[in-house]
Amino acid sequence: MGTYENVELYELTVSEASALIARREVSPLDVTKAVLRRIEAVESKVRAFVTLAPDRAIAMAGSAEKELRTAGRAGSLLGIPLAIKDNLCTRGILTTCASKMLSNFVPPYESTATSRLLESGYVLVGKTNMDEFAMGSSTENSGFHVTRNPWNLDRIPGGSSGGSAAAVAADECLAALGSDTGGSIRQPAALCGVVGMKPTYGRVSRYGLVAFASSLDQIGTLTKCVRDAAMVLNVICGHDPKDSTSVPSVVPDFTRALGDGVKGARIGIPKEYFVEGMDKEVEGAVRGAIGRLEELGARPIEVSLPHTEYAIAAYYILATSEASSNLARYDGVKYGRRSEGRDLMDMYLKTRADGFGPEVKRRIMLGTYALSSGYYEAYYKKAQQVRTLIKNDFERAFTQVDLLVTPTTPTAAFRIGEKTADPLQMYLSDIFTISVNLAGLPALSLPCGFTSDNVPVGLQFIGKHFDEQTILRAAHAYEQSTDWHRRRPAL
Amino acid sequence: MSYEAVIGLEVHAQMLTDTKIFCGCPTTFGAEPNTQTCPVCIGMPGVLPVLNREALRFAIMTGLATHCRISPYSRFARKNYFYPDLPKGYQISQYELPLCEDGFIEISIDGQAKRIGITRIHLEEDAGKNIHEGAGNWSLVDLNRAGVPLMEIVSEPDIRSPREAVEYMQKLRTILRYLGVCDGNMEEGSLRCDANVSVRRSGETAFGTRTEIKNINSFRFVEKALEYEIKRQIREIDSGRRILQETRLWNAEKGVTEPMRGKEEAHDYRYFPEPDLVPIVVPKEWIDEIRASLPEFPDAKKERFLSEYRLPVHDANLLVSEKALADWFEEAVNLGGQPKAVANWMMGELMRLLNEDDVPIERCPLAPRYLVEMLALLENGTISGKIAKAVFEDMYRTGKRPDAIIREKGLVQISDVGEIEQAVTDVLSKHPHEVSRFRAGEEKLLGFFVGQVMKMTKGKANPQKVNELLKEKLSSGT
Repeated sequence: MGTYENVELYELTVSEASALIARREVSPLDVTKAVLRRIEAVESKVRAFVTLAPDRAIAMAGSAEKELRTAGRAGSLLGIPLAIKDNLCTRGILTTCASKMLSNFVPPYESTATSRLLESGYVLVGKTNMDEFAMGSSTENSGFHVTRNPWNLDRIPGGSSGGSAAAVAADECLAALGSDTGGSIRQPAALCGVVGMKPTYGRVSRYGLVAFASSLDQIGTLTKCVRDAAMVLNVICGHDPKDSTSVPSVVPDFTRALGDGVKGARIGIPKEYFVEGMDKEVEGAVRGAIGRLEELGARPIEVSLPHTEYAIAAYYILATSEASSNLARYDGVKYGRRSEGRDLMDMYLKTRADGFGPEVKRRIMLGTYALSSGYYEAYYKKAQQVRTLIKNDFERAFTQVDLLVTPTTPTAAFRIGEKTADPLQMYLSDIFTISVNLAGLPALSLPCGFTSDNVPVGLQFIGKHFDEQTILRAAHAYEQSTDWHRRRPAL
Repeated sequence: MSYEAVIGLEVHAQMLTDTKIFCGCPTTFGAEPNTQTCPVCIGMPGVLPVLNREALRFAIMTGLATHCRISPYSRFARKNYFYPDLPKGYQISQYELPLCEDGFIEISIDGQAKRIGITRIHLEEDAGKNIHEGAGNWSLVDLNRAGVPLMEIVSEPDIRSPREAVEYMQKLRTILRYLGVCDGNMEEGSLRCDANVSVRRSGETAFGTRTEIKNINSFRFVEKALEYEIKRQIREIDSGRRILQETRLWNAEKGVTEPMRGKEEAHDYRYFPEPDLVPIVVPKEWIDEIRASLPEFPDAKKERFLSEYRLPVHDANLLVSEKALADWFEEAVNLGGQPKAVANWMMGELMRLLNEDDVPIERCPLAPRYLVEMLALLENGTISGKIAKAVFEDMYRTGKRPDAIIREKGLVQISDVGEIEQAVTDVLSKHPHEVSRFRAGEEKLLGFFVGQVMKMTKGKANPQKVNELLKEKLSSGT
């Protein structure tokens, strides 16, 4: 059975599929098989995956069926086919971070986030492509291949979770996990027209997420709608003793607040996010969305985040500093790639020269420099101070408003190859998402329109620490009043 | 021209926690290579450290025992460098905000007390070991030790001689062992010492250029390496050369320090705060709780042994050098043993047997109770001092009670005059020649007669009575 009431099963949302499975109207195997057929049909165009695991997916769907039959348990994600970004460790399954360095790495352990998905009975369809070690904004930095935007195959899907966003947009999975260090979930979600949610830093355990910049990395979701984001967050959030930075606070049921509307909500519009020279179509779509929120009863208030202009500079010091240290372990000694050398130093140099791509090398060099003795005070220390100022900006704003609404990206999806020669231009595509990571706040991007050449535009909601609910509630209200999220790319 | 040495010590102490500092792997020494490892301590991608609470407690205990201030807020930092035995490419250590600061240890030099300042004590993880063996052009890496908790204890440059350095190390070792936080074994590497050494003309206040001496792996070498290095520096200065600031290795075979080769380039460790661990916040209540649980330290214990048990200084010093030794002593005394007698038996027979068998006092097979029982039997004359030595060794070897040993072997002292008299008479009649010589004035032969009587009674005769009876019979001429 490939359809339900004339809807292809791969087109279902997580919430729809979950309800149908619980009512035994469709089976986990039906859904998984439909998704696998869809992958077969479109993956050669989109190339969202690094590793596909169809046999395992069938087996997992089989176990879900058995569980449904014997235990009668219908967990929220039981039998739901999901894709996982390839920087989340999956026991016994290749986990490459889209790097040649880890092209042979099979972890003997499972990330906490995916362990929780396993407990809920999910079906893993594959590991998605990304910018190498999550460093990039277009997925062009993958060590293996470029992923294409399902809305326009000549465009980039965004990054670094470009594979996950493209897979969701192309219906190659019902939802996906990604990671967001400076916008790596929200930016590709915006560019692929799906919902991307980065929870508060500390909400989801980072155990088993291959580190890029530990103080900024956070796991989150890419889904077809806001309700699905809430459902998947319900499973993956929560304290984990294996991650000291995960927060031991109670996780609410994120689906609860959906449907409560935005009436009376004070939404802050940071003036620094509407700058001279920004893409007119993007600005138009975002202003339109703000108008819609107002119609729904929200109260827009202009606010200021005065240190926004320093965010990119501070971010590229802090993230690269941490990365230079986090990536030191890839030295050819223990696992992953090794290039033989004359002596130890030669082996180190060759292994890292051959194993890392140019962007990763660039960032390792930047970070190494920023931490060097004599420069530490001027760069790393200063950037930490800027980070505090940015945090304070948000705190001040949140005394006046309940959440912030901004564009997710300054432009819609650009052409493959357009910015690869100019890293700085590439870095600027995260200009609206980076401050959120520096402040550790939760934020979500969802589609709010299309450009004249029919690629999606994203709207970003930013909330207070641990207040994902307000974001989800407002985003859901907006989403339900539009049909952007129902549109599908023609593949 | 006279010179003064200025020495500061950096001591690394491996902590006796059951598990590693950031994962649950065991810390047992000497296991098969790479069997005590997990994804965390071998630095696999995506794994995270979680601080071992016990390691933190041990470090706080050490800080309190050395009069340090325990920082209410401290944090870990990454020390970045590449080496195969360092799986993550960085060591998690502490840098800007260490756990303990500003303490001291008091040492005694020729009866004079001297304080050696403690700059800081911080927590860090140990590295693994590179193994260079076999014929091939390769090395092996054993990561069993990677992640074993270490404390780095840094002294102020307050030490002025190799002897003071040894005193400091021994005092520190005693404190660590009293706390039970480190076994203090320098040969096995659970206590390691690097020394910063410089010399300056007497009376000068500025420091000279220092060298760092590594690879000092025994107490003997602390003294030897420092003596050598101080002489070397003085020789260099006297011959008009300058001291190079460098790291030198102690070569125990040649008895010299040598410039370290291979790793000469000055490292830039690029320290920065460890983002995977939250800052360490130690609540005051916890510090108070730990302080209350600290044992009595050697200095206080020694004073108490002197006043309470009236022991000589030498005995007290020896007994408090190990907590287990002091505990053994006090248990015996509390059970009724006369303090000086207990101390004598411990420092004599007990130490001899333990040393012979190379058994530490912690695993002493003899219970203090048995020594006390034996001392009672000695006092009431059931056994002689000579027999007591045999009984003591027997108790130590077999674990049997003294009265049981005495009964089984028939070792009860013969004090019955009739029985001894019979033996004396027999001996004298067997040796008429010696009797004549004795009576002619050769009085040293008394010992010979005593020996013969003891032999005949298998050592059980009360020696005092034997002496008395012999003298009586020999002088009476019958």
